[in-house]
Amino acid sequence: MDEKDLELLRILEDNSRLSAQEIGRMTCLTPAETEARIHALEAAGVIRKYTTVINWEMAGNGEVSSIIEVKVNPERDYGYDRIAERLSRFRQVKTLRLMTGTYDLQLLVTGKNMQEVSRFVSEHVAPMDRIRETATHIIMKSYKENGNMLFEQQEAERLPYSF
Amino acid sequence: MRNFISERAQSIPSSGIRKFFDLALTMEDVISLGVGEPDFRTPWNICESSIYSIEQGVTSYTPNKGLPALREVLSSYLKQHYNLTYNSDSEIIITSGVSEALDIAIRAIVDPGDEVLVTQPSYVSYAPCVTLAGGMPVPVECTEADKFKLNPDTLQEKITRKTKALMINFPNNPTGAVMSRKDLEAIADIVIDNDLLLITDEVYAELTYEGSHIAAGTVSDLWQRTITLNGFSKAYAMTGWRVGYLCAPKDLCEIALKIHQYVMLCAPVMGQVGALEAIRSAEEDKNSMVNEYRLRRNMFVAGLNRIGLSTHIPEGAFYAFPSMKGTGLSDTEFAERLLKEQRVAVVPGSVFGAGGEFHLRCAYAVSRKQLTEALTRIETFLSSL
Repeated sequence: MDEKDLELLRILEDNSRLSAQEIGRMTCLTPAETEARIHALEAAGVIRKYTTVINWEMAGNGEVSSIIEVKVNPERDYGYDRIAERLSRFRQVKTLRLMTGTYDLQLLVTGKNMQEVSRFVSEHVAPMDRIRETATHIIMKSYKENGNMLFEQQEAERLPYSF
Repeated sequence: MRNFISERAQSIPSSGIRKFFDLALTMEDVISLGVGEPDFRTPWNICESSIYSIEQGVTSYTPNKGLPALREVLSSYLKQHYNLTYNSDSEIIITSGVSEALDIAIRAIVDPGDEVLVTQPSYVSYAPCVTLAGGMPVPVECTEADKFKLNPDTLQEKITRKTKALMINFPNNPTGAVMSRKDLEAIADIVIDNDLLLITDEVYAELTYEGSHIAAGTVSDLWQRTITLNGFSKAYAMTGWRVGYLCAPKDLCEIALKIHQYVMLCAPVMGQVGALEAIRSAEEDKNSMVNEYRLRRNMFVAGLNRIGLSTHIPEGAFYAFPSMKGTGLSDTEFAERLLKEQRVAVVPGSVFGAGGEFHLRCAYAVSRKQLTEALTRIETFLSSL
């Protein structure tokens, strides 16, 4: 991993649809070199997936997202890992993190509607061994996702010429 | 009625591209590479701190020199980033942009008849500011063959017994040229041998893409005869805030301060509060903007060369300065027709003085998408010639 690799990662994180040629021109690499580096980063598991930031509210699919805070009794020898991995396997869990503070695991869970989310929490998460407590927060509106604003911003007017 | 216009004011040229400006304003779908300012918004933490200060009633004059807290962080910043040593209390003045800093620096040193050497191509204000102060601007051409750096031999040739100062600007607007320490040492020898003063406008210092910026004030024994000008506009996307600064040894600084207090009193307080926040917490924002300029530069300059406009790689600032020699047009004709026929605004190089003719200043402070589209349009224009 060198400075060029980090540069490629930053570019791809912002826009993963750029071609190897376009990326190469920005980073002074040939398209072949660019591709080889990207393949290596994929093979090493640094690049996990290419995805899209979508404003689902605008797309109007009616899905409900929620943040679920979970308190857990850690396991001897394994700590939080086994239970976190177990929770991760659920399709409904989009993001899972171990946190400092008043609770342990934070889950981002999506479902078709509120009932589906609440059923998932009460039937699958809450009864799981070692889970002491859950708190479910429904997301009302997203304003920013992964560094991207989800609201329209006015274009700033600039003069056509300045020195 | 008498003619009230001062001869001196009359003598300075008005901007060479007024007609382009008016034309561009009437046109739709223009991609402007004519803009000498960042396309980013000011980082929000800077805006927020300024807004908050207004809410708290911080709306008064500041000390003439500027807010003490700002001068203090600036003094450490200059030391840490450029190894420049300026005392926060006696050697720094916060000004209304580098424009004002330039004006008071020149007025502080120029007497009628003094010659001030001005490297060209250069920013359009240097020579007129010298004229307005009663001095005589003398262009020193930086050529493409020298990668638009200042050549010591050319400099030496222009020195007369009336020469008082040398005005430089690296990284350079419009060429993007940068001077290494070695380049500056050669210039320093001449400046010191001829007992000249150096005014260095380093407003693009943060926008240096290869290695780090060398401040002229740190080279050889130049410090004691150097006025350093810099500001927040370019690095922090703060052009409209009008905050710059002048740094100089105490005696020079005092004279400049005298002029500043009569003509400006102080830089706007909201701008100074924003600038303070910029130094304290916008380092990451700045770095990510600089990084984006670097990527754009690489793709845009490669693109210009690909479509047949020979362009040296600019090591700093955010301008590409392609040559359009051999197209059969003058740079002004080229820029005018490119605007009318393909709706791409660029600035003809001759606007920037000696050495600028047959070049175009293209600012890559626009999105990559627009740069790609501009390249396509310029290519179409070239093939129509």
